[in-house]
Amino acid sequence: MSKVINPALPGRKTTFGRKFWNSRVLLLMCLPAIVYFIAFSYAPLPGIYVAFVNYNYRLGIFGSQFVGLKNFEFVANSGKLWMLTSNTILFNLAFILLDNLVAVVVAILLKEIQSKMFRKVSQTMMFLPYFISQVLVGLLVYSLLNSDTGFLNSVLTQMGAAPLRLYKNGDPWPFIIVMVHLWQKTGYNSVVYFAAIMGIDQEVIEASMIDGANGWQKIRYIILPSLRPTIVILLLFALGGIVKGDFGLFWNLVGRNPILYQKVDIIEMFVYRATVSDFNFSTASAVGLYQSLIGFVLVLAVNGVVKKLEPDYSLF
Amino acid sequence: MAKNNDDMMDVSAKIKLTTSDYVIRGIGYVLITFMALISIFPFLVILGTSFETEENIISYGVTLFPRSPTVAAYDLVIKGGTIWASYGLTVVLTVVGTLIGLFICAMTGYALQRRDFPFRNAISFFIYFTSLFQAGLAPYYLLMTQTYHLNNTYWAVLLPLMVSSWLIILMKNFAKSIPHELTESGKIDGAGDFRIFLSIILPMLKPGLATVGLFLALGYWNEWYQSSLFLQNMSVLPLQYRLYKIVNEAAALKNSVAAQYVNVSNLPSESLKMATAMMTTGPIIFLYPFVQRYFIGGITVGAVKG
Repeated sequence: MSKVINPALPGRKTTFGRKFWNSRVLLLMCLPAIVYFIAFSYAPLPGIYVAFVNYNYRLGIFGSQFVGLKNFEFVANSGKLWMLTSNTILFNLAFILLDNLVAVVVAILLKEIQSKMFRKVSQTMMFLPYFISQVLVGLLVYSLLNSDTGFLNSVLTQMGAAPLRLYKNGDPWPFIIVMVHLWQKTGYNSVVYFAAIMGIDQEVIEASMIDGANGWQKIRYIILPSLRPTIVILLLFALGGIVKGDFGLFWNLVGRNPILYQKVDIIEMFVYRATVSDFNFSTASAVGLYQSLIGFVLVLAVNGVVKKLEPDYSLF
Repeated sequence: MAKNNDDMMDVSAKIKLTTSDYVIRGIGYVLITFMALISIFPFLVILGTSFETEENIISYGVTLFPRSPTVAAYDLVIKGGTIWASYGLTVVLTVVGTLIGLFICAMTGYALQRRDFPFRNAISFFIYFTSLFQAGLAPYYLLMTQTYHLNNTYWAVLLPLMVSSWLIILMKNFAKSIPHELTESGKIDGAGDFRIFLSIILPMLKPGLATVGLFLALGYWNEWYQSSLFLQNMSVLPLQYRLYKIVNEAAALKNSVAAQYVNVSNLPSESLKMATAMMTTGPIIFLYPFVQRYFIGGITVGAVKG
C-alpha cells in the first residue's frame, strides 16, 4: 500500500488523519471553546506549583525556592486548615439538608394550590432572590439587621426591647447565614422539584384519590416516592460539592468584618484574603489545591455511587 | 377498571376530597403566601428607604413606607453623573460577552452532539474536566495578572464569564433535540457543516440560545467578583462592583456623587446606598418575570445533568 494518503479519498481505512480531515469543520467549530478552556482553565494548572515554593515576586513561580510541603504543614499545624474544612463542610451540610427539605415542601404545597394565577405570582416572587447579585444580598441583610438603622432593631425598640448589635457579635451568624442561604435558594431549588411533581402521571394521583387516599396519604405514598430519585440525585451531587463554599454569600455578608468572619470562616474566604489582601500566593494555593483534590475525589466517588443507583444520571 | 376509559372526563367528579386534603391545601396557601412575601420583603424595604430622607433613616431606621417621600437620593446619584458610565460599561460587557459567548457555546454544543463527529467524546471530556478540577484562585490570579497582564483591563471581566462547561452542556442538550435528519438533509444538499449550523441549526436552536444567553447576561449584569480581583485601579466600574464599593467603602460613596452638590461631610450615605442598589438592580427586577421561564427550563435540564 502506498504511504501517501489522500485523506479526502473515500473507501480508505479510517486513520486518525482521515478522521481529523473529514471532521475539520466541526473541529474548527470547537476550536474557540478549546482555546478558551486552555487559556483560562488549563493554563493556570502549572501554577499550582506555587503551593510548593516560597513565592518571591521577582523570581516568579518557577524561580522561587522549592520548599516541598512546608506551606501545607504551616496551615495544617496552625489548626487553620481543619477549622476551615469543618466550617465549610458543616455549613454545606446545613444548606443541603435545609434547602432541599424546604424546597420539597414548597414544591408539594405549590402543587396543591388550585388557582393558577396565585401559583404563578407566588412562584415569581419566590424566584426573585435568584436573580440578584450577592452584593445586593449583603446590603439587604445589612438593612434588616444593622443596629443603627436596621429593620429588626426598629421593631425591637418599638416593642421596648434592647437593640441587638449583630454586626459586633459573631455567634448568631451561622444561623443568619443558613437562613439567608435558604431565603436565596428556595425559589430556585423548588423549581426542580416542582417540575418533577408535574411530571408525575396525573391519572395515578387521581386513581389513588378515587380509591379513597386522603391528602397526606397521596403525598406519602405517591408524590414522595416519585420524587425520591430526584432528591437522591440532587443530594448526592450536592455532597460531591461539599468542600466548595458559597464565597459570594459569605463574603458579602461577613467577609469584611473580622469579628464576624472569624466565627464562620470558610476555605474560599481564607484563600481570597490570602491572595488579594496578603499576596500570600503560596499559602493560598496550598489551601486551594487541598480543596480541589478533596473535591475531585468526592465528585468521582459520588459519580460512582450515582452510576450504580441511577446510571442515566451519572456524569460520565 | 377498563370500562373507566370511556368516562375519563368524569374522573374528577368522582374524587372526594378528604379533610386532610383541605388542611394541606390551607397550609399550602398560608405557607406559600408567607414564603412569597418573605422573598420580596427586603426589596420593599430597600425601595421604601430609597425614597426616605436621610434624617428620617437615621432617627427611625429603614422603612417600607417613607414618612416624607423624596427623590433626593436618586437626584444625587443621577447628578453625580458617573453612574451612567457604569451603566454603559455594564451594558457593553453584557451585550458583547453574551453574544460572543453564545456563539461559541452554540457552535461547540452543536458539534459535540453530532453522532458523526468522531472526536465528540474526547472534546466533551476535555471541556467537562475543567469543572471537575480547578487550579484554584491563586494560580489563576497570578496567570491573569503576571502572565496575561489583564489586571485593570475590562478583558479581565469580559473573558472569564464568557464560556463555561455547564453552559456548553446545556446547549448540547438543546441541540440534541433537533433531529439529526435536518443535518443529513443539509449534507445531501451539499452544505458544509458550518453552513448547516448557520442556516439550519441556529434558527431551530432559539430556545437554547435564549436560555443560555439569559444565563450569560445575568452573569455579566451581576458580576462583581472578577472586578474585585482585577479592577482595583479603574475609575469606571461595572454596576454591581460599584454598588459593592459604595456599600463597603466610605471613600467610594463620596466619589459616587459630584462634590459640588453636597457637603461631603454630611453625605446622605444610607439613602444613597439604597438608591444606588435600586438603580443597579432595577432592570433585572423589571425584566425577570418575563424571562423566568427560560431560566426554569435551563435549571430543570441542567440541575440533574451537571
